[in-house]
Formats: sequence, structure tokens, C-alpha cells
Amino acid sequence: MISVFKKELNQFFSSLTAYIVLVAFLILTGSFIWIFSSTSVMNYNYASLGQLFTIAPIAFMFLIPAITMTSFSDERQRGTLELLITKPLSDLDIILGKYFATLALIVIALIPTLAYYYSIYQLGSPKGNIDTGAVIGSYIGLVLLGAIFASIGIFISSLSSNQIVSFITTAFSCFALFWVFDFISSMPSLYGKLDNLVKSLGIEYHYENISKGRIDTRDIVYFLSLIFLFLWLTFVSLNRRNNL
Amino acid sequence: MLSIWIASAQNWNVLSIEVNNISKYYGSQAALDDLSFHANEGEILGLLGPNGAGKTTTMKILSCFLTPDNGSASIYGLNPVESPLKVKSILGYLPEHNPLYGSMYVRESLEFIAELHKLKNKGKRIEEVIEITGLGPERNKKIMQLSKGYKQRVGIAQAIIHKPKVLILDEPISGLDPNQIQEIRNLITELKSQSSVIFSSHILQEVESICDRVVILDKGKLVANDIISNVSQMTLAGQNIFVEFAEAVRLQDLIKITKDIRWEKKTAKSFMAQSPAGIEFREMIFDFAVANNKKILEMRSSKVSLESAFKTLTKNKES
Repeated sequence: MISVFKKELNQFFSSLTAYIVLVAFLILTGSFIWIFSSTSVMNYNYASLGQLFTIAPIAFMFLIPAITMTSFSDERQRGTLELLITKPLSDLDIILGKYFATLALIVIALIPTLAYYYSIYQLGSPKGNIDTGAVIGSYIGLVLLGAIFASIGIFISSLSSNQIVSFITTAFSCFALFWVFDFISSMPSLYGKLDNLVKSLGIEYHYENISKGRIDTRDIVYFLSLIFLFLWLTFVSLNRRNNL
Repeated sequence: MLSIWIASAQNWNVLSIEVNNISKYYGSQAALDDLSFHANEGEILGLLGPNGAGKTTTMKILSCFLTPDNGSASIYGLNPVESPLKVKSILGYLPEHNPLYGSMYVRESLEFIAELHKLKNKGKRIEEVIEITGLGPERNKKIMQLSKGYKQRVGIAQAIIHKPKVLILDEPISGLDPNQIQEIRNLITELKSQSSVIFSSHILQEVESICDRVVILDKGKLVANDIISNVSQMTLAGQNIFVEFAEAVRLQDLIKITKDIRWEKKTAKSFMAQSPAGIEFREMIFDFAVANNKKILEMRSSKVSLESAFKTLTKNKES
């Protein structure tokens, strides 16, 4: 698993993928937090990193599919998947190696944003007037969110040998799982009956909970079970090669 | 008593690969239909057949990429379905079309594969493999920059880096130029000393020079499993010669050369000759031309297609 992990990370950084993802993520989040007047923390008059945690999920929806679309689709298309599978590795080694490499890249993309926290911490009046607990919770939420998106992306990329199809399908699925349940729950016919249940099926509900700095086992279980579900589906999908 | 025992021990061949009644279906189509054969240790086995005969499927099953629907395979007694990791560690496999990570450097890709095999003394073995496969001059290039022949060498280098007991090469010389084919042939013959090799191709002549034994497949079924000399005999049996003379020649005169040749008139000057047995009759045609004072403009033997070889084979089986 470790060798696959290293190979994937190496490939990210030896191609442009990693750099584009990192730069795009920082430009996107940075401009919303510091530059655009309607969302800038400077005009907000309140020392908060809230903007980062609102924008980052949207950035993830585009960038994570771009990372994961290469993971299996590309290998399938080039035939190198056969090369990997016929080496002394289990299917699980390959899936986890690729998954953790994607996750590592997401975490690497998040690290520079700690500078935002430091700046706002310094700018606060009085200095340090920022809800650090909520920030820690939000970062945990963001990593878990990235982890779910990555598992969805890896699964979808294992289904198709076409990278564009993988990208679009993953982006749409991430969007749907994040928001659609929230939209459905606000339909008048569900009001007061099933709205809370439907809302809790979506990722946003749990992401918001964690972002408040309240680490609830129910939310963690929700995140982890979705991740396991999609990684297991990837495992099934890799085995499907026998029936094609 | 002892001498009998020694004699029988010498004759006793270790089976490196056994395929027992394997069937594999893609949907309702049978890619392999009750296929059985075996390979002995230290032998180069050619797997032959037209496109779609099931060569690649057989190799994918042996290399643990696919699982058979029925039957079982065994590599040095290990079942690829039950203990895939053990099988994969003693097996070198070069898939069809030689998939490679184009963005990696030659050395980097070998390091990656060596790491997957958890090799000790990685650096030394990589140097050895680069030496064996003649990759020296290209070692610091990216794989995507290499020519097809060198890419093929990288593929083979990756397959042999862990000194596998069994080497499976799926169409290793298709698409190469004649010089490269010769080099890869030599390389495969050298590898015979350390591994049993299974080698696939859809061109008979390609494997004639390398293989000890040939397994011929057609539509997923075993058509022949024989030593190479018998198969060569079979291909000779279907030798076709095209002859064109400078002036018109009567068919009756040609038929008189020898009874064994079947003549077919193409034009007044050109004829097609087919010999049913493995006899060399080009000299006879030449002598005929000299004796009758006819000039030969062209004489060529057309290569026998695998299909006609199959026909001969199945005919032999029926009789």
C-alpha cells in the first residue's frame, strides 16, 4: 500500500495536477476571504474564518474530482491498472494507496490556509479574539468532507475509463450529496414531518454541526460510514473486471 | 534399482504451469472452453492462435487478473484464485500492449516495481536488469520519450526484476521492427535459463525460432499441444509457391514435374503450386525451367496462414 501511496503522490507532484489544485484552491479561498468586498473578512468587522469554511466545500467539489479522475480512469485507459493488479498487491492495497494519496494532497492544500487563521488571529481586536474551537472543528469537518469527496471520486473513477465522465459525475455527486438533501428537506410538504431526517442524510447538515466546534460521534460515524461505503463500492467495482 | 530411480528422476519434469479444464465466459460468449494444458519447468511455451482465440484471457487468468468461471490453474502448485499474492510474487507478467507509466523515468519505474516486490538489494538488481535488457543508454529518459522497442524492454525489465520462476509475455514482439524482434527474441531465449516462459503470438513463424513447445488455441479451445518440430512440419505441409514465367507454359508440362504438387493456373504465364507433404520442390521447378528453356521472372512462397494450419491440424485429428 505504501508503495502505491508514494507512487501516486509522486505522480501528482511530477505532473501539474498537484500544483494546479494547490494554487487554484488558495486563489479561490484567498480571494473570497481577503479581496472580494462582499465576502471579505475586512468588511465583515468580525474576526472569523467562516468564509473559508463556506467556500472550501465548493472549491472541493471542483478540485477533488480533478484529482480523483486520474486515479482509476487513467490507469484503466492506459492499461496500467492490469500492471498494478498483477503485482503482489491486493486490490485493497491499490485502493487505499490511491485513496490516502488523494487525502494527503487535500490536507497539503489545507495547510497554507493556516496562515489565514494566523492573520485573523493577529488582526482580531483584542488580538486573538477568534473562536479557536470552532476553527479546529471546522478544519476537522473540512478534512472529513474532503475524505468523503475523495472516496466518491475514487469510486466513480473506478467505474469509467473516461476521465471527463469521471470528473463530471464526481462533481455532480459531491454537489448532490452535499446540498440536495437540504433542498428537499425545505419542501413545504415535508415541513414538520420528515424534514429533519431528510436533512440529516445530506453531508451539509453534519458538516455544519462539526463546524460549530462540536465534535459529535453521530456526525463522525456518518462521515466514516460514507467513506467506508464508497471504498467498499470501489472494491466491488474493481472486482467487476471478471464480468466484463 | 538405483539406476532406474535416477533415470526416472531425470525424466521427471517439474510442471511449472498447469491449466485444468478452465472455462471463462464474457456474458454468454465463451472466451475459454474447457481448456487444459501444462508447461514444464525451464521450457518456452508458445501460445498461438488468431485474434480472439483466448490467449490473452488465459494469460490474464494465470496472472491473477481474472478468475476462471470453471476449472483451475496452478503455478508451481499454487492456485491463482486462492493465493494470488504468492502466485504474483513468483510470476512476471508483461500484459498485451505493454502498459507503462509514461511520466516516470526508466529507473524510477523499475524502482517502483522493485518496491512492489519488496526486493532487497534493489539498486543492484535494477542495474543488473538494465544491463540484461540493454536499457543502459536510455536509463535517464522518461518512458514516454522512448521508442517502441525500448518501451518493450522496459516492460520486460519490469516483468523480470524479481527473478520470477514463471514469465508470461503477451505478444511481446508485435509491432516491432525486424531488428528489434531479433533482439527481443534473443532476450527471451536468454531468460529461459532462469524462468519458464509462456509467450503468445498470432504469427506462427514468430515463435518457431524460440519455443520448445506450442499450444494452439482457436475460439477458446485447444487445437494442438505439441513440440515445435511437429508444428513446423505441419506448416510446411501447406507450402504455397507462386511462379511466373517469362513466356506461356502449358499446365500439362508443369504437372509432369512431380505428382505431389497441385498446380493451379492463374494466367498463361503464372501458376500457383501447393505441396501437400513437407517436400521442397522449388528446385524441381527451377530444373524444369532450365530443361525447357523457360525464364523464371518470379518465384515466391506465400506464408501459410494460421487458419490453414488449423485446417491441416483438425484434419489430422479426425483421420
